[in-house]
Amino acid sequence: MGIKITKKCIGCGVCVDVCPYSAIMIIEGMAVVEGHCTLCGACAEACLEQAIIIDRPAVKPVAEQDKDQWRGVWVFVETHGTDTSPVSYELLGEGRKLADRLKTDLSAIVLGDGSYKTDDLFARGADKVYSAAHPYLADLDTEICSLALLECINRYKPEIVLAGATSFGRTVMPKVAATLETGLTADCTGLDIDKEKGLLLQTRPTFGGNLMATIVCPDRRPQMATVRPHVFKQPEINGSSQGEKIDVQLAGNLTSRISLLDRVVELVAGEKLEDADIIVAGGRGLGSTEGFEHVKELARLLKGAVGASRAVVDEGWVPYSHQVGQTGKTVCPKLYIACGISGAIQHLAGMQTSDRIVAINRDPDAPIFDVADYGIVGDVKEVLPLLISSLKKEFGQA
Amino acid sequence: MDIIVCIKQVPGSTDIKIDPATNTLIRDSADAVINPFDAHAVEAGVALKEQYGGSVKVLSMGPPQASEAIKQAISVGVDEGFLISDKEFAGADTLATSYTLSAAVRKMASYDLIICGKQTLDGDTGQVGPEMANHLGIPCTTFIRKIVEVKDGFMKAERLIEEGYEIVEFPLPAVISVVKELNEPRMPSIRGLMAAKKAEVPVWTAQDIEADKERIGLSGSPTWVVKTFTPVREKNNVIFEGEPEKQVSDLVARLRDEGIV
Repeated sequence: MGIKITKKCIGCGVCVDVCPYSAIMIIEGMAVVEGHCTLCGACAEACLEQAIIIDRPAVKPVAEQDKDQWRGVWVFVETHGTDTSPVSYELLGEGRKLADRLKTDLSAIVLGDGSYKTDDLFARGADKVYSAAHPYLADLDTEICSLALLECINRYKPEIVLAGATSFGRTVMPKVAATLETGLTADCTGLDIDKEKGLLLQTRPTFGGNLMATIVCPDRRPQMATVRPHVFKQPEINGSSQGEKIDVQLAGNLTSRISLLDRVVELVAGEKLEDADIIVAGGRGLGSTEGFEHVKELARLLKGAVGASRAVVDEGWVPYSHQVGQTGKTVCPKLYIACGISGAIQHLAGMQTSDRIVAINRDPDAPIFDVADYGIVGDVKEVLPLLISSLKKEFGQA
Repeated sequence: MDIIVCIKQVPGSTDIKIDPATNTLIRDSADAVINPFDAHAVEAGVALKEQYGGSVKVLSMGPPQASEAIKQAISVGVDEGFLISDKEFAGADTLATSYTLSAAVRKMASYDLIICGKQTLDGDTGQVGPEMANHLGIPCTTFIRKIVEVKDGFMKAERLIEEGYEIVEFPLPAVISVVKELNEPRMPSIRGLMAAKKAEVPVWTAQDIEADKERIGLSGSPTWVVKTFTPVREKNNVIFEGEPEKQVSDLVARLRDEGIV
């Protein structure tokens, strides 16, 4: 068990360069692995000589599971009253492709008080909808939802369970996975099916998006993943779709040790960074809270959300809920306009996967231009008013 | 109130860069730091001890040099720290890591609260806290941005969600994961630095924490990394030229042509 360097090693040092943990040295022309290696496999992947072998012991399945008993792809739909979280639709679109590749069914699993209309889920690609309705499920309590999802999984045995990587999904899914003693891959940005074994290939960014890892869960079921919102496109609505609805009667004890006393909405609609198609973000280059008003105006004009660098959040120009970056939110909108943001690596980590990036900055050498599709070198305080009036003309508002 | 804070030593965030020529990961130095979110967890633990009395301990799993991170925590007011370190732990995914931490927690004396950062900078999963709570059979709330009060064995706190926040109340012992909005980590005091210098950090192996060998390290990890790669991003990288007016109109034209606005 562990990592082995074979005699094929030529001491080229490629592995030393790629090791994210600085755990390899070249000693007398051979790679030597230090004790703090995490067996992440970056070196084995990079080694041109195929001299690095990572031995994997067989993981003992929890029980002698007949894998064929576990069939179908499930999307755990996140509802808010009668609304559906956009990421759930995105997952139905992606789940459809996975189910087709596996020649199996795509099911949506819905927990709630029964007020949610499930017809829409068929139109988005689901073959089946499992609906567990109970008054206690109305509040989206994470403990009760974990118990309910666990019961449904144990009863119907899906081979794959996907959920949005939201504050809800990232709390419920680990509780369920730990109880099932199965694998859970966090915050995936790519999903596929391995052709040979039919395993779910789960690709996710690590190190703030600078390294991608593809992860499998070969021996235990279900294979579980949370998926980052806004990565996949929402499927087209197919109006004629129909499917099978299964009303699940929950038998288990639905109690929570956590009492929800209140839920306070701070952001008005359209301000939510994670759901925005367009984000206009401001940095220190704007000079002041007054300068930041241009960012807000442009965001309003584009019907987008307002983002900010850590520097201006620390200055108190906008609340933390707007912070984009490694210690803030990770976003990937269709358009990200970085205004007066130099692009520290921690900021880039939170936005570099955006579809299109526009950078406006005075310093032509600012790192933000390295990730930008379009750049304007100039004083953001001068450029933004021009951009706003130009767009107003474009929209016929001038 | 007796508190355990779980911390992880991570590569300093600025260490991670892509060499544009070779498209590989390069490092400026081998600096390692306390995971930034865990620094807020440590601060929360120390502040709670100051308010309610009791003790605050840190627990970390990692290579022997992670004892440095534990000493950093002691320098800002943590009473003592424990490192769980063993070659057997290598290759642990979140399930095996959370199991290992829970085994170490069981070995520690009684506790009222376990605090974790919301996620680490290197792994970014945020799963270890909730999974550990499950192994220990205690409640877990995530993304805590404010601790309102601790009273009669219950904690009241605010939990960050996408739209705003929730106010929740739960019995202790419990696991919480915290976001950076919670507090501002303090700087070490002279006395703290002295205490850190003197501190001995006990190192526990898999045997010491009586961990089931089949549930730790690679054997206890249902997920495997099958491939790692550096992301390739196709960028237009167009820098407009000319007067600001012209640059702006060129930009608007491009965005219009692409159907973005």
